[in-house]
Amino acid sequence: MDPIIRVENITYTYPDAPGPALDGVSLDILPGTFTAVLGPNGSGKSTLAKHLNAILTPASGRVLVDGMDTAGEADLLAIRRRVGMVFQNPDNQIVANVVEDDVAFAPENLGVEPGEIRRRVDAALTQVGMYELRLHAPHLLSGGQKQRVAIAGVLAMEPEVLVLDEPTAMLDPRGRREVLDAVEALRREQGVAVVLITHHMDEAVRADRVVVMDRGRVALDGTPEAVFSRRLELRALSLDLPDAAELLARLRDGGMDLPAGALTPEACAAAIKEALA
Amino acid sequence: MLKDITLGQYFPGDTPVHRLDPRTKLVLTLVYIVAIFLVGSWGGYALAAAALAAVTALAHIQPKALIKGLKPLIFIIVFTAVLNLFFTPGEDYLFRWKFIKITWTGLDRAAAMVLRVLLLVAGTFLLTYTTSPLAITDGLERLLSPLKKLHVPVYELSLMMCIALRFIPLLIEETDRIMSAQKARGADLETGTLAQRAKALLPLLIPLFVSSFRRADELATAMECRCYNGGQGRTRMKQLHLSVRDGIAFVLGAAFVAGVIVLRRLGI
Amino acid sequence: MSLVEIRGLTHVYSRGTPFEKTAVADLDLAIDRGQTMALIGHTGSGKSTLISHLNALLKPTAGTVLLDGEDIFASKASIRAARARVGVVFQYPEYQLFEETVYDDIAYGPKNMKLDTAEIDRRVRQAAAALGLDEAVFQQSPLELSGGQKRRAAIAGVLAMEPELLVLDEPTAGLDPAGREDLLRTLFAWRDERDATILLVTHDMSIAGRCGRVAVMADGRIVMDGTPAEVFARDGELASIGLALPDAAIIAGLLRDAGVALPPSLYTVDRLADAILALWAEKKEGGPC
Repeated sequence: MDPIIRVENITYTYPDAPGPALDGVSLDILPGTFTAVLGPNGSGKSTLAKHLNAILTPASGRVLVDGMDTAGEADLLAIRRRVGMVFQNPDNQIVANVVEDDVAFAPENLGVEPGEIRRRVDAALTQVGMYELRLHAPHLLSGGQKQRVAIAGVLAMEPEVLVLDEPTAMLDPRGRREVLDAVEALRREQGVAVVLITHHMDEAVRADRVVVMDRGRVALDGTPEAVFSRRLELRALSLDLPDAAELLARLRDGGMDLPAGALTPEACAAAIKEALA
Repeated sequence: MLKDITLGQYFPGDTPVHRLDPRTKLVLTLVYIVAIFLVGSWGGYALAAAALAAVTALAHIQPKALIKGLKPLIFIIVFTAVLNLFFTPGEDYLFRWKFIKITWTGLDRAAAMVLRVLLLVAGTFLLTYTTSPLAITDGLERLLSPLKKLHVPVYELSLMMCIALRFIPLLIEETDRIMSAQKARGADLETGTLAQRAKALLPLLIPLFVSSFRRADELATAMECRCYNGGQGRTRMKQLHLSVRDGIAFVLGAAFVAGVIVLRRLGI
Repeated sequence: MSLVEIRGLTHVYSRGTPFEKTAVADLDLAIDRGQTMALIGHTGSGKSTLISHLNALLKPTAGTVLLDGEDIFASKASIRAARARVGVVFQYPEYQLFEETVYDDIAYGPKNMKLDTAEIDRRVRQAAAALGLDEAVFQQSPLELSGGQKRRAAIAGVLAMEPELLVLDEPTAGLDPAGREDLLRTLFAWRDERDATILLVTHDMSIAGRCGRVAVMADGRIVMDGTPAEVFARDGELASIGLALPDAAIIAGLLRDAGVALPPSLYTVDRLADAILALWAEKKEGGPC
């Protein structure tokens, strides 16, 4: 399968910054996959995200979206339409005063014909479970609801990739769950590829690939099972393991014979029970 | 608390008045305002008041809400009344004591002016009560769209207004939050001389500015991500359609203006 | 006597309008000196409204708050005193930084308390040190600091008032795991050094598990109040108000359901690992080798 996004050895340095934010990153995103990007603050996660839809362009190396180079001005809208981006603070990405008008913003910008906009808006709102609230004012919604509106606003472009930059950082547990469930459903039902940047290990567990960034480079890259079995390396980057993985690691240190790779509470409990039997 | 302030006083509803095209409402409000200035007789005021009352009832707006909206204008209304009452020249004295004189003409003028202000303000309130700020912006944009030919960035202006409306509640919330935080650090925003109080506002204003810039910056990026590219080549999900209802409204509006003019001619 | 005693506190917003909302309903709560208490609950459960009464930012619709037995709403002077004695760190406190230098910003609270310059200086230095802020940043603009440092500077600004009760609303929100852990350790170290009282508002059950006492708020009321072990034991009720247990507690629960004889109150990975290893060791010794 051809990657939908191809990142080739890119570097980037912010003006006035002492060192590079990205220092030789390569990464392919395949259609329909769910990639979680982890890393401490300042490791370059957000900078990488902004390169995926040409908000930033690399100083060296290149990013290809569906074969189009993000450095080329001509394909800018075509690239942004394919790679939708959702940010941390939902308040700062909602433009309109009414939910459905906000969701219509992107297709209106793209010059989509009115009847088709209506169809896309309704479909996007239904997909994230916000159709009932389509006539509400955004500032009266909860954090999780606002973030889902922001996701719908991007979905209305019918993107192939959804990049989410710490979308749950400002939400309470209920809001986090709402947003993650919506994102997972989206991938499952629409086949949209998801790139989720997060600090929450339990969110990364849901992905089928985990990329760990450190000082502008990709430090680890693999399945959640593989990445979370590299406990010492993660600790060196001051990243926690999910509770389940941490517990299994401690028990193994204590001499118990347990498999690695159980990342959810259910799988972990099952493995421990087996070992105690 | 600031949160208690009701802003953009729109009362959602599904009445014939709410359903009118915003352009119709904008134009008719303008017509109404002009008509009020044309009124030259008590009969005209009665007609305008009756029209206002009819629309208010049709829109299911509580008269209480209109009156509440007029409250902040009491000062202006009283000032207009006093000015006309005491300073209208004339001989037909109703009351005279030393330099204070009230004439019948003055009383007549004062009452007319107060009525005029009340009718004007109540009329525009009806517009904002029954039309969402967004619809007003939208209507204005389309009414002004001929100006696009003169390179007036009509779409950009209306988008700016729309975003401003969207961010007002956020800014109010944020002001509340920062005020609480600074008060928690012992800030005193309420007492002291004017200079002291102005200085005491800095801990509020600086964070508010900083956060507004941050918001603006993030919003701009988010808009770019959603393919914002200026007004050119843009389409709209919601098309405005003038319907039979709008036609009826225009006919009634014309009848109202005609009525006002006739009453003025007849001097009733 | 309790340091803080909340009696019959009720707060209704936008009274007499269609937007009327009771955020806190007839709530009683006492916090003793030296306690570290977590307050958990959803957005909208009334936590923020509750804490805004502790330093008299909001006036109650009914009921009152006593600080050392004295009504904090009694007079202007008592309100001022409450603001100094109860320090509140709101969510994302870095957004309140405004002075030209970090030093001045930390000094803002103490200055408002009308302390003398020497005392202000002592407090600023002590608070900054407690939060691990180097004196080298004192003359920098707070806006030039990194995200984590900004937060520390903002918290230092409240600690410099040397409050007897420190209230923190989601102090670790938005930080990365390392930043979260660092800040918590810093706060707990500050508490231990001066035997302070802390009320920590959080969504994070694993943080709540590290406090001596946990109160759960829902619909403007305290619905659970006890040690973490007592509160986490009521997992069904917690789930019904949409609060999830820490993963460790969930795993412990699953194991117990599967018939593993685990002792109660295992809600941290440390304790659960120890308990499982103990069981395993027992089994190994007992079983034929």
